[in-house]
Amino acid sequence: MSDVLSVRGLNVTVRDKTLVSDVDLTVGPGERVGLIGESGSGKSLTALSILGLLPEDVVASGSVRLTGVDHELIGADERRMSRVRGRELAMVFQEPMTALNPTMRIGDQVAEAMLIHRTRSGRGAARAAAVELLERVQLPVDVMRAYPHQLSGGQRQRIVLALALANDPALLICDEPTTALDVTVQALVLDLIVKGVVARSSALLFITHDLAVVATVCERVLVMYGGRVVESGPVAEVFTNPRHRYTQGLLAASDLETADRRLPTIPGNVPPAGQFPTGCVFRTRCHHATETCTTTPPWSGPPTQGYACHHPAGVAHAAGRSDGDAHG
Amino acid sequence: MVLRLIERTGVLLVSLAVSSVLVFAFMAVLPGDPARVALGVNASDQAVAELRRQFGLDRPLTTQYVDWLGGLLHGDLGTSYVSKAEIGPQVFDRLQVTLWLVVAGMIIALLVAVPAGTVMAARHRKVSGLALSTVSQLGVAVPAFLAGILLIMVFAVKLGWLPANGWTPPAQDPAMFLKQLILPALALGLVQGAVLTRYVRSAVLDVLREDYLRTARAKGLRPFPALWRHGLRNAAVPVVTVLGLQLATLLIGAVVVERVFVIPGLGSLLLDGVSNRDLLLVQDVVMVLVIAVLLVNFLVDLLYVALDPRLRVGSR
Amino acid sequence: MRRLNPSLVAGAVIVGIIVVMALVSFVWTPYDATFVDPSIRLAKPSWEHWFGTDKFGRDVLSQIMVGSRTTLFVGVVAVGVAAVIGVPLGILSAMVRRWPSEFIMRANDLLLAFPALLLAIMFGAVFGASTLTAMIAIGIASVPSFARVIRSGALQVMRTEYVLAARAAGRQPWPIAVRHVLPNVTSLITVQASVSFAIAVLAEAALSFLGFGTPPPTPSWGRMLQESQEFLFSAPRLAIFPGVAIAIAVLGFNLLGDGLRDRFDPKLEDRR
Repeated sequence: MSDVLSVRGLNVTVRDKTLVSDVDLTVGPGERVGLIGESGSGKSLTALSILGLLPEDVVASGSVRLTGVDHELIGADERRMSRVRGRELAMVFQEPMTALNPTMRIGDQVAEAMLIHRTRSGRGAARAAAVELLERVQLPVDVMRAYPHQLSGGQRQRIVLALALANDPALLICDEPTTALDVTVQALVLDLIVKGVVARSSALLFITHDLAVVATVCERVLVMYGGRVVESGPVAEVFTNPRHRYTQGLLAASDLETADRRLPTIPGNVPPAGQFPTGCVFRTRCHHATETCTTTPPWSGPPTQGYACHHPAGVAHAAGRSDGDAHG
Repeated sequence: MVLRLIERTGVLLVSLAVSSVLVFAFMAVLPGDPARVALGVNASDQAVAELRRQFGLDRPLTTQYVDWLGGLLHGDLGTSYVSKAEIGPQVFDRLQVTLWLVVAGMIIALLVAVPAGTVMAARHRKVSGLALSTVSQLGVAVPAFLAGILLIMVFAVKLGWLPANGWTPPAQDPAMFLKQLILPALALGLVQGAVLTRYVRSAVLDVLREDYLRTARAKGLRPFPALWRHGLRNAAVPVVTVLGLQLATLLIGAVVVERVFVIPGLGSLLLDGVSNRDLLLVQDVVMVLVIAVLLVNFLVDLLYVALDPRLRVGSR
Repeated sequence: MRRLNPSLVAGAVIVGIIVVMALVSFVWTPYDATFVDPSIRLAKPSWEHWFGTDKFGRDVLSQIMVGSRTTLFVGVVAVGVAAVIGVPLGILSAMVRRWPSEFIMRANDLLLAFPALLLAIMFGAVFGASTLTAMIAIGIASVPSFARVIRSGALQVMRTEYVLAARAAGRQPWPIAVRHVLPNVTSLITVQASVSFAIAVLAEAALSFLGFGTPPPTPSWGRMLQESQEFLFSAPRLAIFPGVAIAIAVLGFNLLGDGLRDRFDPKLEDRR
């Protein structure tokens, strides 16, 4: 089965700074893939590059192919990209409070998603479909006539989800969709996202910094740091046996079971965008860094599961997983 | 929403009342005696006193005020002390002329500002955007009467295409009316257009940054349709606010333009009244202008609510 | 960082030139600006008279130079009046409770119904036309803009934590106003002053054009424009010189205002 999304060698630069380097990413049909990273890791830029909605001055190069679309997405002109967006490819952004047009009724905004691509037979059909879509995200029919300011953040995000899924996209990208929501609402929205993609057999690329969410929602995960993918693999595998030192640090920092110790942290700070160290991007904060790390570590393993580290954990160590790396 | 309407109407009425008091009080402060001014310095005291009685100037100020206000509400603007003619019809005729000018000017201003401002916003970092920005800065710096004079120089004097001044009522000779309307309307409209352009640009720039525009693009709308369908109504809100203020400026700007093009509008009536010390006339014309401004602002407020649903109270 | 943006520089230069010209005119002008000499009336620009002469034979360049004094003078006084009334009004309305604050704001809005020109004509009708009435009228008409801008600035400062702390500690309102609010709104005042100056220049020119401003023989750009009207056929240059002077002055102050605004609030950089 061919991949729904295939990203090869994606580079994103702004003027002379490199923000994302050499990213390879695939998402198979119906697969739910997570992309983890902190702010500044380049994960959002990766998503925007796929969609072709990068800000001015920011340029992407490399290859992005989507199933059902016969042309290269990177550098494609507006005419072609606008046919893809909202149809084969859809996105849910982070901030629900500002995502909807304040002067347009909800019903019109949802129906618009279908009318743009003419996926329904007419206005009436689009409106009927909008009602049904809203129902599926558990919103009552009178929301159709409401304006965004009358609704809560959770409700608005559900609407954004509904209109993203309106045309049964092959791939749904979510960029921190629940980060701005109350904890109680988060679970609902996550559940609706998963239900939505499963019902349509769509693939999902879920971007977040929250490991717990990835563990619940995704099957495969990629870890990004400093604009590069540093590790990837099935969620269970990566979360129990992390190889890259950064992944290890992340997991240890989220490990809430050790009540007696102080929360372990990764020393240092994430370098500002475009100012990542040469060679291994993580070497300035890694206890295991050596001379070799000044060269960019190669990818070990198949494209969908592996890591880029000269001194990975759990490999070539005499006694199991090395510890004491995450310093408190 | 109804509450807001009532509140706004209340504010309008109070403003009208207060303005009328202000205008009246201001005119009443005038040193000198309107009756004596009308009759001349050599008039006898008796004649002056008689005239004062005729005009009702011997009554207490408050009575005069109430009478005047009452007259206004009935459309009776009184009789001029100087010309002895009824003021009402004069004002009415002249008002129509000024309205033609102001409306034409506003239309031109909008026709210029909306496209120019939108383009400037869309290309605000490119050369074409900056060039337009500079041009609009120049436009703002030129006063309407200067624009009028320049237009006359180019189109009437040098090219001879259009008349340099004058006015014909539309019913009398539509073609001539239009020809005489163009230059003064342009003088008013281009200058106001330049000012408005900067507001349009700012409003569109704000909208371009908004997340919901990004959502619209992610749905598959191309940049211009996205801006048109989602941006316009949102950008209109701050622009409409300014329009109200602009109308006050336009009305007053018309006063000056009428001088340049010798148009018999409200402005020249006002100025003539001042030169002739025809105080009642001045009082009435000022009041009419103020009423017009307040009314327009009131309507703009209502329009505001119609455009932006967030302002409608009483929703869920 | 772009602290010295092109607007600021251009505006400052233009305003600077005008100020210098006005100052120089006190000490020297090519000719006496009010000296009438019918024998050389309507002369074309030449080495003796760089800008030519007007219908009374007065040197145009000298008139422009002296006229700049009027323009600046009116601007300074008008803006001064507007600031002296508008700034305290704005701060006051930000610091008092609901009802008085609303009232002030409504009164402010009412004043907006009387644009500068209208007020000046009214003043002129009652008190007679002169530079003084023009200045005061324009000043009063500019009060609403000042009051509004200062009010929103003051409200913002009031919401900051250190002011809230001061109020919680029981400090009296007036010391708070002076020590905290005032310094923080000075940048707003400067920007608004520049913008209002530009408006004042326009208003004065219009008033002089209509005959309500500076009376003869003191030179005034607006009146020069009005006098040039009868010669649009024969000597259009008589309109161009004062016209360009007015436009450049307004442009200069607008650019200065924009530049200052950008300087004090870099977030708004892109909005110019």
